[in-house]
Amino acid sequence: MLIQILGTGCAKCQKLEENAARAARELNLDARIEKVKDLSQIIDFGVMITPALAIDGQVKLAGKVPSVEDLKQILAR
Amino acid sequence: MNQSITGGCACSGKTTLVFPCSGAADTGEIADRAARAFVKGGCAGMSCLAGVGANISGFIASAKGADRLLVVDGCPLECARKALAEKGVMENILHLRVTDLGFVKGKSPATGERINAVVEEMGRKLSASFQEESC
Repeated sequence: MLIQILGTGCAKCQKLEENAARAARELNLDARIEKVKDLSQIIDFGVMITPALAIDGQVKLAGKVPSVEDLKQILAR
Repeated sequence: MNQSITGGCACSGKTTLVFPCSGAADTGEIADRAARAFVKGGCAGMSCLAGVGANISGFIASAKGADRLLVVDGCPLECARKALAEKGVMENILHLRVTDLGFVKGKSPATGERINAVVEEMGRKLSASFQEESC
């Protein structure tokens, strides 16, 4: 599973990355986390607000930082 | 080209995205051009209704994640509002119809005066939603 954190590196982007990493760990997922900071790449996802999270290329959320528990539900789908 | 995330970063405060219908009629053109003029003020970012209709996950997630959506339809068909609703985007919507300002579909060329009238109404809607906040 590829988890991408889309954002320019602000505090919420970092928090989203932390929460996503923890959620993946707690679910024992074989996940690779990648940060996407380049605006052109972010826009290519159709993302208009950041931070955003994509799983295997599909954007699952934008503009929010869910809790670890909520992220576990998103990752487990 | 100078690029930015149009709706902004959630760290910088409330996020607002504008979705005009951009329809073929003159009132759709007014909606589109008013939206483009409005976002230049910096209080909101423009997004792509076509991207939502095409099921592009980033556009849909952005619409669902924004604090507010300013949806501008040209006429009572309300294609923009309904297209968003089809994808489950129904909350935090401020809705405006160009025809509600007295512009008759098919008889209202997109003049600067008409576009400005819609831009001003968009500003009023957004300001009212923020109450005392301007952005």
